[in-house]
Amino acid sequence: MSTSADQADTAEGRVYNVAGEDWDEVLGTAAEEAERLGDERLVINMGPQHPSTHGVLRLVLTLDGETVTELRPIVGYLHTGIEKNLEYRTWTQGVTFVTRADYLMPIHNETAYCLAVERLLGIEDRIPERANVIRVLLMELNRISSHLGGIGPLGLELGASTVFIYGMREREKVLDLFELITGLRMNHAFIRPGGVSQDLPSGAIEKLREFLAVMPGKLGELRALFDAAPAFHARTKGIAFLDLSGCMTLGVTGPMLRSTGLPWDLRKSQPYCGYETYEFDVPTVTTCDAYGRYLVRMNEVDQSLRIIEQCVDRLSAKRPAHDPVMIQDAKIGWPARLALGPDGLGPAPDHIAHIMGQSMEALIHHFKLVTEGFRVPAGQVYTAVESPRGELGCHVVSEGGTRPFRVHLRDPSFNHLQALPAMAEGGLVADIIPAIASIDPVLGGVDR
Amino acid sequence: MSETNQPGPPGEGDGAQAPDPAAIAGRERLSEQVVRTGMFGIHGTPDTSGYGGLKVRKPPPLSSPRPYGSYFDEVTDALAGSLERSGTGFGDAIERVVADRGELTFHVRRAYLVQVARQLRDDPALGFEICTGVSGVHYPLDEGRELHAVYHFLSITHNRRLRLDVSAPDADPHIPSLVDVYPADDWHERETWDFFGIIFDGHPALTRIEMPDDWKGHPQRKDYPLGGIPVEYRGATIPPPDERRSYE
Repeated sequence: MSTSADQADTAEGRVYNVAGEDWDEVLGTAAEEAERLGDERLVINMGPQHPSTHGVLRLVLTLDGETVTELRPIVGYLHTGIEKNLEYRTWTQGVTFVTRADYLMPIHNETAYCLAVERLLGIEDRIPERANVIRVLLMELNRISSHLGGIGPLGLELGASTVFIYGMREREKVLDLFELITGLRMNHAFIRPGGVSQDLPSGAIEKLREFLAVMPGKLGELRALFDAAPAFHARTKGIAFLDLSGCMTLGVTGPMLRSTGLPWDLRKSQPYCGYETYEFDVPTVTTCDAYGRYLVRMNEVDQSLRIIEQCVDRLSAKRPAHDPVMIQDAKIGWPARLALGPDGLGPAPDHIAHIMGQSMEALIHHFKLVTEGFRVPAGQVYTAVESPRGELGCHVVSEGGTRPFRVHLRDPSFNHLQALPAMAEGGLVADIIPAIASIDPVLGGVDR
Repeated sequence: MSETNQPGPPGEGDGAQAPDPAAIAGRERLSEQVVRTGMFGIHGTPDTSGYGGLKVRKPPPLSSPRPYGSYFDEVTDALAGSLERSGTGFGDAIERVVADRGELTFHVRRAYLVQVARQLRDDPALGFEICTGVSGVHYPLDEGRELHAVYHFLSITHNRRLRLDVSAPDADPHIPSLVDVYPADDWHERETWDFFGIIFDGHPALTRIEMPDDWKGHPQRKDYPLGGIPVEYRGATIPPPDERRSYE
């Protein structure tokens, strides 16, 4: 059954509302219109609700036949005021907000923000070793889940739905680990200024080892599916070209920059959280195209598994008697003393006994830290981490108060979407889909 | 304690000696603007804390003396040389240099922003290939320089970072656009216009990017409320976050 496309004449020309199964009709009338006007330009609105745009991204395309002559990305449909909200909460509560920005890399958002707060406090070198290892572990797990969540949909958009299902299935393994370790699959608020909110639960090391044992095989399956699909190669090789100078001009970092052959990775060049003590490689290719970016991401997943293995070894080694995961500073570290009780996680019973029964000062102190939070000396800092999508920066300004004066997330997706016209203009309309997927934007991060 | 929170007059015996620099610094400090009174953000209620008369003054703007440490001196010298070759004095373009917490900030006069950025990009000794964007900050108490645009630069060649901090008064919120030099700043400048109302002169299409096109106001400014509705529970109401008691 075919439905009829709505049409109306406006000052800009004839406007069609495409409802599905009516494309032939639109093209038919457009052809008549083109003959009448002697102009074959077709302006198409794509999105903001479109499954292939990875979220609420809207594109306005000008087409000449099947060639895209102009592409204009429009964002802002998912703006939630995360940065504004942060200014009304304490420094610790801020983590709960930043984790929701780019919701596919929550751990990286939290880490970038916490590193900034720690630099403002001047406590960067007092973060416990174990907290840093757990941060690296979670960041690399998150890199795997994010890359699988980017590669899977790329397959789906090019018609390979098995790849999508496999990608999501393996991603689920990471999310299960997140749920075990942090209690949540996303929006963890697990990394806090001063360390992490709690230690690994019992059984986590075994689950991580299981994960490390099965993942290489699962990734092999995924690769085999891609490698055996000629349509995938045909639609990604040479598509969405952006070379090194293009990347530099447009501030593009991450897998897109590494697909031009430049091994720039902040984990190597400006290490944080102790990345300099791990052994891993920075994968690069020199194809500058969508296929190269897929290869870089797949190889990065392998490298992340290497790092996770080293983290697990360190975490399962014999521990000293006192091995905290939060800074040993009663003025900053919160939550500092948690214990698992029969009704769930809460303040440790001996901590409760101390503040309620023994020390009035300790009670006051606890109360102040929880309600008012800590003060952060005035100043501004910018910290950057290598997120799955590129440089994730966090500009934090303090005026000496108990709340951030200004927090700005320099989100890689926001910056990279600017490069979309450079990658897609002059190409075919169908190639926009792999071009977007090769940027792997997440609109939660773009709009914040 | 005196009512005004001021120290008493200097005692006998101080008169003959040279003025104490600490005393001068103290007097200068006390002549600064008061930015906060009291301790717990409580006003109008009976204050039992004893901190009601406290006055907190604005800290003086930071300015670091030489040597700055790390690679900062090298970058500063390179920029000074580069600016001089193009006929601009370093002191004309750069108001203050701040090396704080391992990061280098140049406070640039807005008229010289584009020129400084061009040197940062083109001089091989500086080599800042990437500008990672603009972040606006609104300091309502910083009279005459309320709006700040903060630019972060990255040099892949030298593995260095640098920050430029440019200010404009609320009454004349214009800052030149860097899109000609760093095209990556296109969307970042649109965002800063959208959220702070800073007009970037020379931007090819300075339109709103996150807020709807017909939005009134610039939401990230400090005089713009957070918004929100009171939460009611069993007859009691909790006000929205920006109207709650603030422990500043």
